[in-house]
Amino acid sequence: MSSRRNNIWVNIDWSIIGIYLVLVFLGWVNIYSVEYNEDTKGIFDISHRYGKQLIWIILALVLAFIFIIIDTNFYMYFAYPLYILMMVLLIAVLFLGKEIHGAKSWFAIGGFQFQPSEFAKFITGLALARFLSTTGLNLQNYRQIVKSFIILALPVILILLQPDTGSSLVYASLAIVLFREGLPGIYAIIGLAMAVLFILTLLFNKLYVALGLIFLAFLFYFLLEPKKRNVFIGFAIFAVSGGIFKIVNELFSWNLSNSLIILINLGVTGIIFTVLSYIHKLKHVLAIFLFVVGAITFTYSVDYVFHNILEEHQQKRINVVLGVESDPLGSGYNVNQSKIAIGSGGFWGKGFLRGTQTKFNFVPEQSTDFIFCTIGEEWGFVGGVVLISLFMLLLLRILYVAERQRTKFNRIYGYSVFSILFFHFVINIGMTIGLVPVIGIPLPFISYGGSSLWAFTILIFIFLKMDASRTESL
Amino acid sequence: MKNQYANRKFVLGGLLVLFGLIYIIKLFQLQILDTSYRLSADNNVLTFVPQHPARGLIYDRNGELVVYNEAAYDLMAVPSQVSDFDTLDLCETLNLNKETLITKLQDAKGYSRYIPSPVVTQISSVNYAKLQEKLYKYPGFYVQSRTLRKYSRNIGAHILGYVGEVDEKAISKNSYYKLGDYIGISGIEKSYETALRGQKGLNIYLVDVHSRRKGPYQNGRFDTVAIVGSNLTACFDVNLQEYGEKLMSNKIGSIVAIEPSTGEVLSLISSPSYKPSLLVGRVRSENYLKLMKDTLKPLFNRALMASYPPGSTFKTINGLIGLQEKVLFPSTSYSCNLGYYARGVHVGCHAHDSPLMLIDAVKNSCNSYFCNVFRSILDDPKFPDIHDSFLNWRNHLLSFGLGQKLGTDFPNELNGFLPEASYFDRYYGEKGWSSLTLISLSIGQGEIGLTPLQMANMTAVIANRGYYFSPHIVRNQNEDNLQKHFSSIDSSYYSTIIEGMDLAVNGIPGTGSTARIARIDSIIVCGKTGTAQNPHGDDHSVFIAFAPKDNPQIAISVLVENGGYGATYAAPIASLMIEKYLKEKIKRKWLEDYILKTDLIHEQQEE
Repeated sequence: MSSRRNNIWVNIDWSIIGIYLVLVFLGWVNIYSVEYNEDTKGIFDISHRYGKQLIWIILALVLAFIFIIIDTNFYMYFAYPLYILMMVLLIAVLFLGKEIHGAKSWFAIGGFQFQPSEFAKFITGLALARFLSTTGLNLQNYRQIVKSFIILALPVILILLQPDTGSSLVYASLAIVLFREGLPGIYAIIGLAMAVLFILTLLFNKLYVALGLIFLAFLFYFLLEPKKRNVFIGFAIFAVSGGIFKIVNELFSWNLSNSLIILINLGVTGIIFTVLSYIHKLKHVLAIFLFVVGAITFTYSVDYVFHNILEEHQQKRINVVLGVESDPLGSGYNVNQSKIAIGSGGFWGKGFLRGTQTKFNFVPEQSTDFIFCTIGEEWGFVGGVVLISLFMLLLLRILYVAERQRTKFNRIYGYSVFSILFFHFVINIGMTIGLVPVIGIPLPFISYGGSSLWAFTILIFIFLKMDASRTESL
Repeated sequence: MKNQYANRKFVLGGLLVLFGLIYIIKLFQLQILDTSYRLSADNNVLTFVPQHPARGLIYDRNGELVVYNEAAYDLMAVPSQVSDFDTLDLCETLNLNKETLITKLQDAKGYSRYIPSPVVTQISSVNYAKLQEKLYKYPGFYVQSRTLRKYSRNIGAHILGYVGEVDEKAISKNSYYKLGDYIGISGIEKSYETALRGQKGLNIYLVDVHSRRKGPYQNGRFDTVAIVGSNLTACFDVNLQEYGEKLMSNKIGSIVAIEPSTGEVLSLISSPSYKPSLLVGRVRSENYLKLMKDTLKPLFNRALMASYPPGSTFKTINGLIGLQEKVLFPSTSYSCNLGYYARGVHVGCHAHDSPLMLIDAVKNSCNSYFCNVFRSILDDPKFPDIHDSFLNWRNHLLSFGLGQKLGTDFPNELNGFLPEASYFDRYYGEKGWSSLTLISLSIGQGEIGLTPLQMANMTAVIANRGYYFSPHIVRNQNEDNLQKHFSSIDSSYYSTIIEGMDLAVNGIPGTGSTARIARIDSIIVCGKTGTAQNPHGDDHSVFIAFAPKDNPQIAISVLVENGGYGATYAAPIASLMIEKYLKEKIKRKWLEDYILKTDLIHEQQEE
C-alpha cells in the first residue's frame, strides 16, 4: 500500500499541478484587486468575494487531494451511473432550481448554492470516455457516431432549457474528443464549412451567399471535369432556366422572390443534372450538387434560426462581434468597456490595485466572466501574454499527458479535459477582447465562483490521478 | 498503443497555438498600437470639478461694503440614485407643492439619469439649514452652493457693472474660462475681472459607472487650490452716488463728480439707470431683455458714452486758450448788442451790460464776447493759415483730455467728438471755411461733442489750475493714475476764468450772474452754466462746477437732457451734489424738493 501511494506522488504530473496553482493564485489576486477598496479589512473577510474565493480555494485543494486518493477504477465503473445521476439533477434543477438572471441553473440548499451544469462537465467527459473506450468500437460506424453524439446532446439540451446557452455550448466542444478518436474527417470539414457559412449568412444577404455557393460549385465542377464543354452546357442550362423563371414570374405576376426563383431553378436544373450525370456516369457532379443543396439549405435555416429562434440579445451579441451592429451603449457595451479596460493597460499595465475601469463597475461581471479585463488593465500586455501562455502551456501539457496514456479510457478523458478547458479559454478571453460573441462562461481557475473552481479542479485532478497510476492500469 | 488517428493531436495542438497567437496579436493591437482606449478610459473615470473661489468684494471710498456675495443653495438630484423618500416631508421643508417637485424630478430624469440636475434652485439659507438636517433621508439629493452678487444699497449699476455666464466668444479668447463660468460683463466687474475673480481651483475625482464620486484622483496630487478674489476699494462715495441717483430720477442725463487732486471718480450717474440686483442670478436674462427693449436705454452709460455739445461751459476753455495765445487779456473788452453780427452770421445773446471785460463775460456768459475771442484765436496772424491755427486750438483741447479717451478704468468709455481740420475740408473744401464758419464752436455748439466724464475732467483741470489725473473708479490698482497730465495752458491764466466762474455763482444779485441758484452759503462754488442746443428737442441743461474755490475737493459736470437753461436743473443739481459731498446735510430743502419733484420723462411723453 505504502509503496503504491508513494508511487502516486512521484508519478503525478507536477508541472500541471504547478500551472494549476499559479492560475488559481493569479485568479485570487485579481479578484482581490477588483473588490479592493480603502476599507478592505483582511483577506479572509467573507463579506467580500476575495474572502469567499479564498475559502473556495482551500476547499478545492482538499477536493483535489480526495480525488487523487480515489481509485481510478472507480471512474471507470461509475461513469454511467454518475452520468445518469447528473442528468437527473439537470432535470431536477429545471423544476427545483433557483432562478438567477433569468436562468434556473442553481440549487439553493441553505445559504449554499450549487450549479450542476459545472459538475456535469467532467461526468460527461467520463461517460464519453467510457463509451468510446468500449472494445471494438469504430467511429467510422454511423450508429456509434450517433450514440456518442447522444451522450453529448443530452446535457446540451437540458442546459439549454435552463436556459444557459454558454454552458451548453461547452459540451459541444467535446466533439473535439470524437475527432481525435477517429470521427471521419468529412465531419470536421462539414463542421468548419457550416461555421464559415454561418458567419457569411449573417454578414451578407442570404441570396448572395446562395449565388456564391452556386458559382463555387461550377468552379469545382470546372476543375474536376475533364471535358470542359460539359461545364459550359451545365452553366447554360442553369442560366437559361433561371432566365425563363424570371420572365415567367414577371409575365404572370407571381411575385416570387429572387431567392425562391433561384431555389426552384436549382431544383429543376438539379433534376436535369442528376439525370445527365446518371446517364454519363459523372459521380462528382452528383456530389457537388448535393453539397450545394446542403449548403444552401443550411444558409437559409441559419437565417431562419437567427431571426426567428434566437432572442434579440443573442442576435445582437453575435452582430456586434461580426461588426454588423455597433452599439457601444447597448449590447456592445460590455465588450466596448472591456476593450477600453484592457486597451488602457498598455504594455506594463497600471499596476496591482491601480485599475480604474475594472474597479468602478465600468466592466460588468468583473470578477467572474470578465476577470481577464482586470489582468489586462492592471498587468498590461505583459500580464495578458503571461496568462495566455500559461493556458497554452497547460493545454499542451494536457495533450501530451493524454497521448502518453496507455488506456483508451484515460486518453479520451484527457481529451475531454483538453476540450473543455480549451473551449473556455478561447471563448472567455476571446469575448473580452471582442473576437467572439459574449457567451457567459468563466475563465477556468481564474474567475470568481466556487462551483466552477471546484468543477475544474475535479476535472483536472481526476485526470492527474489517472496519469499518476497509468503504470498499474496495465 | 499505436493509434492511426494519433496525428490528429497535431491538428488540435496547432489549433490551440493558433488561437493563442491570434489573441496575443489582438492584445498587442489593443494595448500597444491603439492608444485611443487609454483616452476612453480616462474619459470614463475622471471628472474635472472646478472650484470657484468667492468673487472679491467692493468697498466705497469710505470703506462701506457695496458689493458682496451671498450663498444661494440649489437642491440637486441624481435620478439614478434617488430612491423612495418622504416627498411630503421634503415639500414641507422647502415650502413646495408636491406636483412641482414631481415634475421637476421627471424633467431631471428626462435630461439624464446619471448627471445631477437642479430640482429646487435658490433655497433661502433658513430653509437650507432645515434641509441640511434631513438631507440624509433623501438619497440621491445633495445641495450645491453658489454665490450670487449682492448690493448693500442697490445703486451704482453703471459703475459696478454686472456678472454673467461666459459666452462662446469669451471662451475662445481666453482658455481660463469654461462653459458655465461667470465673468464680469461691464463696469468694475469687467475692468477688474482678473483681480475680482481670483483663481479657479480644480479637483479631479474618480467616478464609477454611475458617475458617483469615488475619491480624489491620485490622492489629489493634480488638484489645484482656488485663490479667493481680491477685494477692491472703489473711489466713489455711496452716499453721494445714492443722492445723485435720487436727484436724477425722472430725468435723462448724467452726473460725473471727480476729486480734482486725485482723479478719483466720486460719483458717476447715468439716468435712467436700473437696480443692479436686477441683473443677478436667474432673473438676469429676463430683466436684461426688458432693459434692452426700454426706449429710454437704461443700459446705455451716458456718462461715458454719450456726446453732448458742452454749450456755454466751453467758453471757459476758449477763454483760457485766448489768454495762452495772447490774443485775449483779462482787460480785453468787447461790446454786445443782443448778439454777434458778422457778414451775415448772427449769434444771439441775452440782455446784459456792455461792453464787458473777460471776468464779467464769463459771469454773464456773453456769446458775442466769446465769438470775438474764438475768431481772434483762429485768425491769429501768428499762423499762416487757418489750418494751423485750428490745429493749435485743437491741441489745446486735447491737453484737457477732450476728444479722446481719458484712459480711465471704465470698460466702455468713448472719445466724444472733436473733428480735425480735414473734416471741415471735406465739408467746405480746403479754402471753403474760416473762423466765421466755425463760429458756433466759440460757445460750445456745432461740431463738438463731449462726454459728461470729459466735461467733469475739464472742470477738474480748471479746479487744479492746469492739470488732471486720469479719472478712475478703483483705488490703488494702477500706477498710471498717479501721473499728472498737464494742460497746455499756463497755470497763471486760470485765475481770471475761475474768478468769472466764482462770480457766475456768487455775484451780487442783479449784476447778471447766471448761476446764482448754485450758491451755497458756506462754500465758494465756482461754476459755469451751459444751454446746449441740440437737434433732438429742447436744449440740454448743462452745468460745470468745482468747490471750494481754493483747494477744490470736487469737480462736477451735470447734464439734464432737454432740461432747458443750465441754471434750470443742472446748476441746482450740481450745487446740491456739492453740498451733499462737502457738508453731508442739505440745508436748502426747497431746492432739493424742487429737483426731486421735477419729472422730465413722463411730462415729455405726455406732450
